[in-house]
Amino acid sequence: MSVVRAEFTKFRSTASTGWTLLSALVLVAGVGILYAMVRASRPPADPSAFDATAASLSGVQVAQIAVGVLGVLAVTGEYATGLIRTTFTAVPRRTPVLLGKAVVVAAGTFAVSLPAVVVAFLAGQSVLAPEGLNVSLTAPGVLRAVVGAALYLTVVALLGLALGALLRSTAGAVAALFGALFALQMTVGFLPDDVYRDVAKYLPAPAGQAVVIVRPDPYYLSPWAGFALFALYTVVLLALAAWRVRRRDV
Amino acid sequence: MIEAKGLTKRFGGTVAVDDLTVTVRPGVVTGFLGPNGAGKSTTMRLILGLDAPTAGTVTVDGRRYAEHDRPLTRVGALLEARAVHPGRSAYHHLLALAQSNRIPRSRVLDVIDAVGLADVARRRAGTFSLGMEQRLGIAVALLGDPGTLILDEPLNGLDTEGIRWVRGLLRDLAADGRTVFVSSHLMSEMALTADHVVVIGRGRLLADASLDQLVADSGRSSLEEAFVHLTADAVEYRGGRR
Repeated sequence: MSVVRAEFTKFRSTASTGWTLLSALVLVAGVGILYAMVRASRPPADPSAFDATAASLSGVQVAQIAVGVLGVLAVTGEYATGLIRTTFTAVPRRTPVLLGKAVVVAAGTFAVSLPAVVVAFLAGQSVLAPEGLNVSLTAPGVLRAVVGAALYLTVVALLGLALGALLRSTAGAVAALFGALFALQMTVGFLPDDVYRDVAKYLPAPAGQAVVIVRPDPYYLSPWAGFALFALYTVVLLALAAWRVRRRDV
Repeated sequence: MIEAKGLTKRFGGTVAVDDLTVTVRPGVVTGFLGPNGAGKSTTMRLILGLDAPTAGTVTVDGRRYAEHDRPLTRVGALLEARAVHPGRSAYHHLLALAQSNRIPRSRVLDVIDAVGLADVARRRAGTFSLGMEQRLGIAVALLGDPGTLILDEPLNGLDTEGIRWVRGLLRDLAADGRTVFVSSHLMSEMALTADHVVVIGRGRLLADASLDQLVADSGRSSLEEAFVHLTADAVEYRGGRR
């Protein structure tokens, strides 16, 4: 508990935390509203196949970079300055430091993401309403998708934290984060479509984003199964990071 | 009290610390001397559990560093003064460390006053001069009011007033009965500050004696002359002769 307090003090006392979370908030709401406007001006040919919830939450696709980098910097910022040595002399068992950082980064990201996705959803639906494309928060699966978007961003931040602790350099960890979230899909994108459909949904980002999908889609796993798989990937990487951090000289 | 027994650290093929057995006692200032690359910083990292020894053991007050609960209240260390997040204030840097070891907030303000940073404690540490960073590093070491202090080159970047202040501080801490283990390149300064000296070269122990004894045994006139004589075969880098 004392380590969580210490990590919270570090988290709130750097300007980069505020700027990263603010940019995530602006990106979720701003991109979501913009995309809803685009869809409202060019309505889909088949409105029954249109996922109004996912459309209004499309800013998550961009904001995930910001929160992922927030997670990376929570660890690599300490390695870059050598502060990590002071941190590990204060807490020589080391694993509590990683867990403390995880608790603080997750809580901070969720606390900002949840209002951001609610604003994006409500604003996006009001943009779609004149075309009759909007859905209500009480419609089946919609509340799950909105809260799920905030949970997805939270796990992305933890994924960044795990990669930061494994790779210890900001550049390396950010590159790995892009690889995990984007490059994997691009790579399997060259496969024939029927193979792609069976493979892509198990990759980290599509698995995690299944929780934001309201209309059943063969390219995604079922919402909670997908999210659980994404969370499992992240937990495995965090455990690997904890094991490495404990053993390595610093 | 710091006790190393057969302490050895290899990095790949190079031996940084080689079978070092030494006891650093409380109540005196122990200078830790050696040429560049002698293994002083590695030894300090081994004491603090940051690096794992290849062989041998090192304990503080009878236990491995990592086995101490709230270790900052037992051992205070200054390794690199620059190891501060440039965007964080000195106050928050110290507060986070205090919280991790359940040290009260009032102690943070006390050490800030003690090192003379009260006027700048809320400023981003990235704006600090080397001398101010060094004072912050010393504040970190003092934070837990520890019985053992391990300081790597604490005089770097300090002005004359700062050097005099650190000299007095080290002597006061030792007079309180604490263990004070301090490395330095400045022989003239060590001659004024240390009671006891441990000299290493190429990772090996070359001398472990009181300052007076070391100088007398070498047959030289000063600590610097004795040091040059002692480490003549262990110097890694040497300038050309004039």
